[in-house]
Amino acid sequence: MSMTATKAALPPLRRTAEATTRRGSGHAGTLPRMAQPAAAPKRTPIGPKLASLAGSLATRILPPLVVIALLLLLWQLLCSRPGAGLPPPTKVLTDTWDLIVDPFFDNGGIDKGLFWHISASLQRVAIGFSLAAVVGVALGTLVGQSTWAMRGLDPLFQVLRTVPPLAWLPLSLAAFRDGQPSAIFVIFITSIWPIIINTAVGIRNIPQDYRNVSAVLRLNGFEFFYKIMVPSAAPYIFTGLRIGIGLSWLAIVAAEMLIGGVGIGFFIWDAWNSSKMSEIILALIYVGLIGFLLDRVVALAGNLVTRGTSAH
Amino acid sequence: MAYLDISKVGISFARAGIRTEVLREVDLQVERGEYVSIIGHSGCGKSTLLNIVAGLLRATAGGILLDGKEVNAPGPDRAVVFQNHSLLPWLTVRENVGLAVDKVFRGRKSRAERRDWIEENLRLVNMMHAAEKRPAEISGGMKQRVGIARALAMEPKVLLLDEPFGALDALTRAHLQDQVMEIHARLGNTILMITHDVDEAVLLSDRIVMMTNGPSATIGHILPIPLPRPRNRLELVEDAASVHARAAVLEFLYARHAAPALAA
Ligand SMILES: Nc1ncnc2c1ncn2[C@@H]1O[C@H](COP(=O)(O)OP(=O)(O)OP(=O)(O)O)[C@@H](O)[C@H]1O
Ligand SMILES: [Mg+2]
Repeated sequence: MSMTATKAALPPLRRTAEATTRRGSGHAGTLPRMAQPAAAPKRTPIGPKLASLAGSLATRILPPLVVIALLLLLWQLLCSRPGAGLPPPTKVLTDTWDLIVDPFFDNGGIDKGLFWHISASLQRVAIGFSLAAVVGVALGTLVGQSTWAMRGLDPLFQVLRTVPPLAWLPLSLAAFRDGQPSAIFVIFITSIWPIIINTAVGIRNIPQDYRNVSAVLRLNGFEFFYKIMVPSAAPYIFTGLRIGIGLSWLAIVAAEMLIGGVGIGFFIWDAWNSSKMSEIILALIYVGLIGFLLDRVVALAGNLVTRGTSAH
Repeated sequence: MAYLDISKVGISFARAGIRTEVLREVDLQVERGEYVSIIGHSGCGKSTLLNIVAGLLRATAGGILLDGKEVNAPGPDRAVVFQNHSLLPWLTVRENVGLAVDKVFRGRKSRAERRDWIEENLRLVNMMHAAEKRPAEISGGMKQRVGIARALAMEPKVLLLDEPFGALDALTRAHLQDQVMEIHARLGNTILMITHDVDEAVLLSDRIVMMTNGPSATIGHILPIPLPRPRNRLELVEDAASVHARAAVLEFLYARHAAPALAA
């Protein structure tokens, strides 16, 4: 029963997994391919080389710049009318100029620069996500390797992973009686499921051939773990970590709105309470950019660890 | 007693409550240094038999002795070259062979000796030039050669080859067959090889084991190939004994035991 449950529940995640890896490798693949014609002939003069580099940069950076400029223009036109609900970009810029140029001020309490808010949020994510990564990979390995652990734990995982992150907050506040550990717990519990599930899929997908090789060589459990299991499942594990870090960042902003204190989530809530729309918009831009950076960092770590070679 | 003694081996699998007997009463004795091929239609149980000898599957009847000792678990004394090379893609060619050498000879050879041994085996299959490449960067024939080097590097008592050249084009296949023949002549390994290819079986083997169709497949006939070594593939084309052996195998496979799907 639980077998079918897992199978039914896994494909969507796996598809995400494949989609992200494919997207990732696509990125990794385009750069060298574009760079190659310039790099291959040894005695090319520096001029054409630079030109082709500039060309490839232009083709990658120009389209998003054009789109952003058009959107800003549209936004400016729509929100410049009197009675518009949101400030136009020019007003956002003038309103928040002080916050942009001085992210490091600290007037005590929660009256701090954006740098401090963001770094407080990042710290919570770092702690919660690291815990989730360690525990998630361990549990995923157990579930992927042992049929009994899978039968026992899988139904539990399948139910718990559908609980929305914020639904955990009251419980964890009651248990920890403090905002800080509660927020970290919410990060942990939000990001652990994709890590567990992807790790388990990765472990279960270790080709029988690799198991046969290790059997013929008589690798012991420990050697099998770090010479076969981890490298073979690494692409899956990193897919889980990548989904996990994205969810963490989604959850932390929401959790901080509720627990208060220093953090980008509370900064947004505070700005809403004092009707500072421009500050909210600025904060959203930062949240988006940092979420994007976190994703790239985990993807990069994955590429380094798997050295660009996935299992197949 | 024979070096490798497979006696009355049978195996059945239970799936969804139904037992199917795949092999029944398989009896085969292989002498030290002998090259034996197993040929039979797809699905008759050749890989299953090889996996039992490797210790990767447990026979449900009968038993196997290698050099007087019972086989009941996998081990490096029965190195396998798998049908699809099964190199670890995250390791280089050298590291793939190194994984086996370091595990098997740890404590018996020094680090420097192991390094030399890895290179010696890579040189044996002419793969030193690609030692630092990963499996994805080399051709199918090269991968199979590395698989053979990895198996030889374990210094197995018997080398088990499961259709080692099955996925290769005809030219690469001929080249690798010559290499394996040369290695066999030089080192005198005991080899059990599965193949689909009648010419390959005649060229390489001392004996050809022909299996009947499953379920409950067994050995139908064992044909000795009394051709002198070293053998040359061009001379064998015309050689009367070789032509006769090929005809005998073909007759067994296509007249007496036609493929089940075709006979039906
Ligand atoms: N673990 C297993 N459980 C159930 N049936 C199995 C198992 N392994 C093999 N079989 C069955 O045993 C039969 C023989 O399989 P095997 O792989 O040994 O054939 P083969 O002769 O090697 O075929 P091929 O030439 O195509 O490689 C097949 O019908 C297969 O379905
Ligand atoms: Mg087979």
